[in-house]
Amino acid sequence: MAELTYRDAVARGIAQEMARDPDVVFLGEDVAKAGGVFKATVGLLEQFGPLRVRDTPISEQAILGAAMGAAMTGLKPIAEIMFSDFFAVCFDYIANEFPKSRYMSNGQTKCPLVVRTGNGAGSRFGAQHSQSVENWCMMIPGLKVVAPSNPRDVIGLLAAAVRDPDPVIFLEHKSLYATKGEVPDGEIVDTLGTASIVRPGKDATILALALMVPRALAAAEKLKAEHHIDCEVIDVRSLVPLDTQTILGSLARTHRLFTVEENPRLCGWGAEIVSIAADEGFYDLDGPPVRITTPHIPLPAADILEDIALPTVDRIADRVKRSLGA
Amino acid sequence: MARKPARAPNDDIGEDVRLRMYRMLVEIREAEQRAFDLFLQNLVKGTSHLSLGQEAVAVGFACAMQPGDLSFCTYRGHAHTLARGVPVEKVLGELMQRDNGLMRGKGGSMHLTSEEHGVMGSYAIIGAHLPIACGAAWRAQYKGHSDVSVCFFGDGTTNIGAFHEALNFAAVWKLPVVFVCENNLYMEYTPIGEVTAVEHPAAGRASAYGLEAIVIDGQDADEVYRAAMKAYEKARAGGGPSLIECMTYRYSGHSRADPAKYRPEGELDKWLKRDPVKIYRERLKQFGIEEKVIEKIGADVMRVLDDATEKCKAAPMPPLELLTTDVYADGGWAWRN
Ligand SMILES: Cc1ncc(C[n+]2csc(CCOP(=O)(O)OP(=O)(O)O)c2C)c(N)n1
Ligand SMILES: [Mg+2]
Repeated sequence: MAELTYRDAVARGIAQEMARDPDVVFLGEDVAKAGGVFKATVGLLEQFGPLRVRDTPISEQAILGAAMGAAMTGLKPIAEIMFSDFFAVCFDYIANEFPKSRYMSNGQTKCPLVVRTGNGAGSRFGAQHSQSVENWCMMIPGLKVVAPSNPRDVIGLLAAAVRDPDPVIFLEHKSLYATKGEVPDGEIVDTLGTASIVRPGKDATILALALMVPRALAAAEKLKAEHHIDCEVIDVRSLVPLDTQTILGSLARTHRLFTVEENPRLCGWGAEIVSIAADEGFYDLDGPPVRITTPHIPLPAADILEDIALPTVDRIADRVKRSLGA
Repeated sequence: MARKPARAPNDDIGEDVRLRMYRMLVEIREAEQRAFDLFLQNLVKGTSHLSLGQEAVAVGFACAMQPGDLSFCTYRGHAHTLARGVPVEKVLGELMQRDNGLMRGKGGSMHLTSEEHGVMGSYAIIGAHLPIACGAAWRAQYKGHSDVSVCFFGDGTTNIGAFHEALNFAAVWKLPVVFVCENNLYMEYTPIGEVTAVEHPAAGRASAYGLEAIVIDGQDADEVYRAAMKAYEKARAGGGPSLIECMTYRYSGHSRADPAKYRPEGELDKWLKRDPVKIYRERLKQFGIEEKVIEKIGADVMRVLDDATEKCKAAPMPPLELLTTDVYADGGWAWRN
């Protein structure tokens, strides 16, 4: 066991996979010599050399296109898009190319690649460097989408993503890079499509992703201490594949469902899960499912504004408390 | 009678390759014509983009390739697919969206793919496949493989960002990739000159990426073959990418929906005089190939094509289970447990 930052876990996860498999290569803007703008890939160039860890021009389409061509022909590329907001300039690959080539070719074309990106708010970067774009990706058949909330999951889910034969969008949360967590020694490999119950409870189920997981946990502690409400918190971890069994199983025990989403409200991932719950868990519900989200706005830069835009510990706790009539 | 040597003195191409190229020119010409006829009978559904008039580009580049070289095509990709040796029945079957099609009807005419023949996909989003070809070439460079990635696209494609990103990327990384612009003078309906800052949409941009400006006659399969050979050799020797602009012309409209009314009078007639199949038939004669050999090639192609057409007409539609196969690598479409 060692304590590691989320940032260092990224480098360790990539290194673990590159050391294991010479077909794993890594490319992106400022990722090699500079070690990444978030310093999440420091040391990889030194360890694996310039043929496997490559700086690119500012060409997001070329980065993702090249990753795809390499993946189709036998490599297992990891591509970095610096900020997830920039998916919008290379979305053709994410929406049209990676996820459809296998289907259109009747199974001939393979696309085993990982796109890592810095996602999410909290850095006061304003509307074009702060978005949570997991729902942009979740809606596309053929992609897998994961978003880890802690260093151990960063390594394990990244390893699973690299080993997965499908294209995986790997969303790292920028506001988690500096956070720390315990990480076991040796190789860590997790499983895509598994949610984890990070706090068991009996009164309500709270689903959260990435930065919203520690907030949901803090809200749960507050609800317990102040109102004796015992919440179960689930780190969804993987939007596609989605672990509906864990979610519906929890709902069957707690009878109340809350989602905590950083994305703007419309078509957030929680909407899909709430619709599944309405469909398949309706008679388990003792009250309406509640989505706690960022309002449907672009994100502001000013800290006091950004802070009230995202779901906060207090807002989560308050919303759960009111819904439960406590 | 003593057999003629396969390659006459001062002939860099040789009879074997010439006969192969002629056969392929005729096969593509006839298959495209057949595809058009099948539309009219409503047996080819959806859209379709023909290469009638542009056959020599596909043939010259494909015949200069070695097995293992990779082709990346556009929606106007029937010719490039056939030129790599994909059976015409598979191509027509896909156009007719039958179970015997290349992708069993799941891709359609715009996405012909046959990896076993090196056809790494046909891409319908303008420019998307130029970066993808770079990635395949990067794999060859990284693994020390000797194959070349060859990427075909139109004149209109030179005005999209992915073209410029890919050219720069390939040049900086010195990738074994050959970019082939088929300049047929039009994007869909707009003449390329009206929307492009330089006279030659591809070659005029080459210097920006440190590349040689190359413009060739895309109607002469020999000239195309020679340009291809040179670019492939350079790529295999580690000399990096090439960008080749081929002057050519499409005889029909952009797609099945387009009667091509926007073309000035006489333009089509002018290009028909330089028809790539006709040019090549004359070339064979110049090199002493007998008329009856040429006729036999034509007859063979028609026999195979007629047979393929009948097989496609008789082929079943894809089974309904195919709807949800191969979304993910496990063969299925499950996104949840
Ligand atoms: C990104 C994108 N924009 C527009 C289109 C619509 N479109 C399809 S083909 C075409 C013309 C392309 O012209 P060119 O590159 O010259 O190829 P050609 O059809 O002449 O072979 C256009 C605009 C598209 N498929 N993708
Ligand atoms: Mg054109």
